[in-house]
Amino acid sequence: MNRNARRGYASGASLAIMYALTVLALIPLALVLWFTASKGLPSVMHPEFFTNVERPVGVPGAGIAHAIVGTGILVGMASLMAIPIGVLTGVYLAEYSYARWAGWVRLASDVLVGTPSIAVGLFAYALVVAPLHHFSGISGSVALAILMLPIVIRTTEGAVALIPTGLRESGLALGLPRWRVSLQLILPAAVPGVITGALLAVARASGETAPLLFTSFGNHLFSLDPTQALQALPLTVYHDALMPYKSLQDQAWGAALVLVSMVLVINLLSRWVLRRQLRLAGQL
Amino acid sequence: MASAVDGRKALIPASGRPPDRFRTLTAMVAAAAPLLLVIVVVILFQQATPAVNRFGLGFLTGTDWNPVKESFGALPAIFGTVTTSFMALVIAVPIGVAVAVVLAEQGQQGIRSLLGTGIELLAAIPSVVYGIWALYVLAPWSYQHIEIPISEHFGFISYLTHPAVRGLFNAGLVLAVMILPTLTAVSRDVIRAVPRGMRENAIALGATWWETTWRVILPAARPGIFGAVILALGRALGETIAVTMVIGNRYEIPPTLFSPAYTLASVIANEFTEATGTLYPAALIELGLVLILVTLTVNLFALLLVRSAQSRIAV
Repeated sequence: MNRNARRGYASGASLAIMYALTVLALIPLALVLWFTASKGLPSVMHPEFFTNVERPVGVPGAGIAHAIVGTGILVGMASLMAIPIGVLTGVYLAEYSYARWAGWVRLASDVLVGTPSIAVGLFAYALVVAPLHHFSGISGSVALAILMLPIVIRTTEGAVALIPTGLRESGLALGLPRWRVSLQLILPAAVPGVITGALLAVARASGETAPLLFTSFGNHLFSLDPTQALQALPLTVYHDALMPYKSLQDQAWGAALVLVSMVLVINLLSRWVLRRQLRLAGQL
Repeated sequence: MASAVDGRKALIPASGRPPDRFRTLTAMVAAAAPLLLVIVVVILFQQATPAVNRFGLGFLTGTDWNPVKESFGALPAIFGTVTTSFMALVIAVPIGVAVAVVLAEQGQQGIRSLLGTGIELLAAIPSVVYGIWALYVLAPWSYQHIEIPISEHFGFISYLTHPAVRGLFNAGLVLAVMILPTLTAVSRDVIRAVPRGMRENAIALGATWWETTWRVILPAARPGIFGAVILALGRALGETIAVTMVIGNRYEIPPTLFSPAYTLASVIANEFTEATGTLYPAALIELGLVLILVTLTVNLFALLLVRSAQSRIAV
């Protein structure tokens, strides 16, 4: 075999190996989804799983209604805090990208993305739980909001930066003030991108366990009161999975299935919205 | 790049116009992110003060963790955090870079965009779901099919004995799965930033696909890939729940690779709600402080590395 043929084969073989490694990397995804679905489905098949709350071990008909509602309240409150601040920050970063301060803000939000969520939980504990002397949904949503903020900031910035300068210039040429150009002209055009960021942040916050352990803490009862401890889906999965009872472990798998489905649906939805944004920005 | 910035500046001259109040307002709102970063560290430091004053630097080298005697040292937790993270890197880096090379390929996108979506969904799965999967599926499997065979064949090395379902090795394994998406996404962007011309030149000189990738593309992207690895390290250091569920939670420097151990984040997750008194919670918060300072440094370093790599290549 001559040398060039050998080089060709080596190249083809290494390409094949790389594709094989890519497939290998996706095996965990398939396995996680498969096991969550197959072990979680028996629990999820019972309608009372979605309407009842926890019951003592051995009593049938236990459900996770309180956890679903709790996650909704926690993430909803966190969104109310994180999304307005995040969107305004993102608009600032995109509209005044040349400002020196913008560089610092960008760096800070990129660093914030990688902050350990457990440390953010400790922070929310020190800030909210310790002064009030009891666990609360509010403290949990403060922690979640901190984790959502950088995601909203960076996706909003990306979406606003995609809007062609021509639109901005025509607004300014018509004599509109800067704030009207940014908020009434540019931002509406970037709405799909902003929604993408909000959805991604919601998906991330719904799945976080560590920052809730000592803020929202968890609750065995149905509660709508954010000033008291609230249950959340990830907390149900975490606590029940470590219990030595089969029924609780099944419940954990069921809750995990609900959580994964929710997060994946939100993620795929955000992708679809993003594609619309890209098409829209192309038309402008 | 520079000319675009100048153009924007010329468009909005700073003088001869009323002050841009919208800019002032949004700049103030934008202070939230940097401010939060500072406040989190300051508050944690303040809360950890009792432990910092009591143990000083000895906290970092102490191996004892005894709430009854109020004697606390962080070394076993630091050891566990660092070892599991490095184990995750050793497993994930070769795979992650290979995936990034595949995803960064130009040309028809069909199957590649599907693979890319899959990798991104891997990042979307919540940590606690990885945890329950690792606890009931991955760890027992790896115990049976990896740990036991290794300990049988390489048992003469004392570090490779005593397989256990919950321990250091399995925690590193699940971490590897969890950091793969970060590693892949950042490396892919860096590899894509390598100018097309470099690839085309190599091919024009007669290099094969592999020679182009290995000798031209990857060396050009090396600083950025290094940044991606460091960024993934930051994620691994701070990961809590999945690790807590499979590491076995034993506060000691593990005698073998498979033994139960503990990490900084897991100690906090398991013990903080039960910590009473002043010194015990303060010691746990100091663990958190150590964790956040290390991850912030690692992340900052990685970000600067990735940015300089991208701007240097993309000339």
